[in-house]
Amino acid sequence: MNSPSNEAITQYKEARPPPIASVGIIGWLRHNLFSSVSNTILTLVSIYLLSIAIPAIVDWVILSSQISGDTRFDCKVEGACWAWIDQRLGQFLFGFYPASERWRVVIAFILLFPALIPWLTHGIPGQRYLRWFSVAYPVIATILLAGGFGLQEVPTDKFGGFMLNLIVGLSGIVLSLPVGIVLALGRQSKLPLIRWFSIGFIEAVRGVPLITLLFVSNILLPIFLPPDVTLDSIIRVIIMVTAFASAYMAEVIRGGLQAIPSGQYEAADAMGLNYWKSMRLIILPQALRVSIPGIVNTFIGLFKDTTLVIVIGLFDILGIANAMVSNPDWLGLSTETYVFVAAFFFAVCFSMSRYSMWLERRLARQRH
Amino acid sequence: MTNRITLGNIWFDKRGRGYLLQLLVLFCVAIFLAVITSNTIANLQRAGLTSGFGFLGDQAFFDINQRLIDYTSQSSFGRALIVGLLNTVLVSSLGILTATLIGFIAGVLRLSNNWLISRLITSYVEVTRNVPLLLQIIFWWAILTSLPKVRESISIFGVSFINNRGLRAPSPNFEDPFIWVCFAIVVCLLLTLALYVWSGRRQKLTGETFPIPLAGLFLLVITPLVVFYSLGQPINWDIPTRTRFNFRGGFNITPELLALWIALATYTGAFISEIVRAGILSVSTGQSEAALSLGLRKNQTMRLIIIPQALRVIIPPLTSQYLNLTKNSSLAIAIGYQDLVSIGGTILNQSGHALEVVGIWMFVYLSLSLATSAFMNWYNKRISLVER
Repeated sequence: MNSPSNEAITQYKEARPPPIASVGIIGWLRHNLFSSVSNTILTLVSIYLLSIAIPAIVDWVILSSQISGDTRFDCKVEGACWAWIDQRLGQFLFGFYPASERWRVVIAFILLFPALIPWLTHGIPGQRYLRWFSVAYPVIATILLAGGFGLQEVPTDKFGGFMLNLIVGLSGIVLSLPVGIVLALGRQSKLPLIRWFSIGFIEAVRGVPLITLLFVSNILLPIFLPPDVTLDSIIRVIIMVTAFASAYMAEVIRGGLQAIPSGQYEAADAMGLNYWKSMRLIILPQALRVSIPGIVNTFIGLFKDTTLVIVIGLFDILGIANAMVSNPDWLGLSTETYVFVAAFFFAVCFSMSRYSMWLERRLARQRH
Repeated sequence: MTNRITLGNIWFDKRGRGYLLQLLVLFCVAIFLAVITSNTIANLQRAGLTSGFGFLGDQAFFDINQRLIDYTSQSSFGRALIVGLLNTVLVSSLGILTATLIGFIAGVLRLSNNWLISRLITSYVEVTRNVPLLLQIIFWWAILTSLPKVRESISIFGVSFINNRGLRAPSPNFEDPFIWVCFAIVVCLLLTLALYVWSGRRQKLTGETFPIPLAGLFLLVITPLVVFYSLGQPINWDIPTRTRFNFRGGFNITPELLALWIALATYTGAFISEIVRAGILSVSTGQSEAALSLGLRKNQTMRLIIIPQALRVIIPPLTSQYLNLTKNSSLAIAIGYQDLVSIGGTILNQSGHALEVVGIWMFVYLSLSLATSAFMNWYNKRISLVER
């Protein structure tokens, strides 16, 4: 500012540094935590609550917890008693599956990944062969789990724990996909009778709670079947879960079908393709790709709903937990047990929901 | 120009194929139904069961703890089902009210520019949405039933008590003059409504505004309060008092109802918060900038510009969440809250009328959901008129 005013300024002046209160840590704090009076109050209250809650939780879960012991009476600490995990983890994972045969379940679980991955992402070497493998996977998994072909046979009432949740959830979603596609196409169909049947089925199933459908599987299916035919209880559950999931799946896929611009339909017609060819080659590949996030979300919901099988007397992971909580040896450890089970579901569902969000972002990018 | 369909070209005509396909589907469905019906008749005959709804008049012989209307074990199955239906309605309406409140608050707070708050809300939403509802219900129930026994009840200001039998709170006894307070509330409500319509018309004609919120506050809060006090406070609070083994007076909320209520409200609240967040984010920032540049105040922008547009996105998924909550209330059976499904299950086991009971369940839930979708269609039509 010393230069006389009649002299022209020919050079840029260096920018002054921003005020200290708007950059760096202080700036971040001011902007994100203390931007107004009400924000400051909210921040202070939540910091106070967190300062009470976090140490208490850490103390309960880790610091003053105990992980060894045979019954709850061995736990002499204030915090959580995790002693039961050592004894019961096998049951939580496999139910009453014979201990000597549990390696089969582990192998079936490991094989699940090469069977799933070619459908969830692309650009993997040997993707086509992997897809053939995943078509064969249900058969391989069934043999591994139930036995036969030289493997010791395991009756399905021994199935339980987290394994049962995975079996019911995965079979439900895999079987409901084709049924859902047919229902979605039926709902869009120009043939009135087919449209009415589809709408009727979808709305009837979506309108009732899954629990009533499970009651139907348990009580009504045996009445509907011929008197001398009996169905395995897990198969009955899978049938009803599939019926339930396919109605939701149909709505997700219908959303995908409606997202396809009508030009695509018209172009397929103009090419002289008939209905099935135009669906198979033009419409469905695009519609399904758009629906994948919705399908994953349906799966998350279905997977959480697999816990409902306890209502009809199957022992999934929650059923095992309930049984353990009422066992005299471990009575009163309900908080520990349910938190443990919740952690399992959270891990699976949270990672799937992140995956579906990632997919949605990728799809949104592709559309531009 | 349409060709005539004959037996010879039926497969080569698009409409002909359509007819054939539909006939085939109809035929399959008919066969399927016929097989099921004949199996059912055979099975029922073998088990010696009769069908029909006559059993609803039979005596029930079981007790129901949680009831809104009179019921004893001498009452009929039909009355037991009505008690169950009312319990479903009770927990669903409590849940819907609380979930909406939680959802709107959480949804708005998650968008707040306070980093800590939005992170806290995000973790609440993620944890509740990714853990099975049934697990959450059982978890809350386990916590509530492991509270101190009746003798060591936790007292809340000396008027309410929490113990392992639930929450005991004071219950209001309305005296006769209270009817006048209700009357005052109704009259004031009508007056406010009339005022709202009148001021809207006047604003359209002259542009003058009228302070409706202030007038509404005065009419709806202050007038009933004045009537209430001038009549000498015609409500008696029946405050629970300790006796030797239990409490006397007041009313009790069972741990089952509380657990179900808390779990349904927090679970659905998390889903609603996501809907609300998406709804608010769907209104482009240009809208609020335009409103501010037109000279609207901040709260006017929110009330007249943002909320009406956000609601259009929010309401349809919101109603389906309400429906989900109602359907999810059937998980009550896992903790022994006696709702429609739970009582139906008991009746089914006692009487063996599985078909009829399942039919009643389906009928009730289906009519609820069809009514909801009818409302949604009506609402969608209404708001699409507003759109250009």
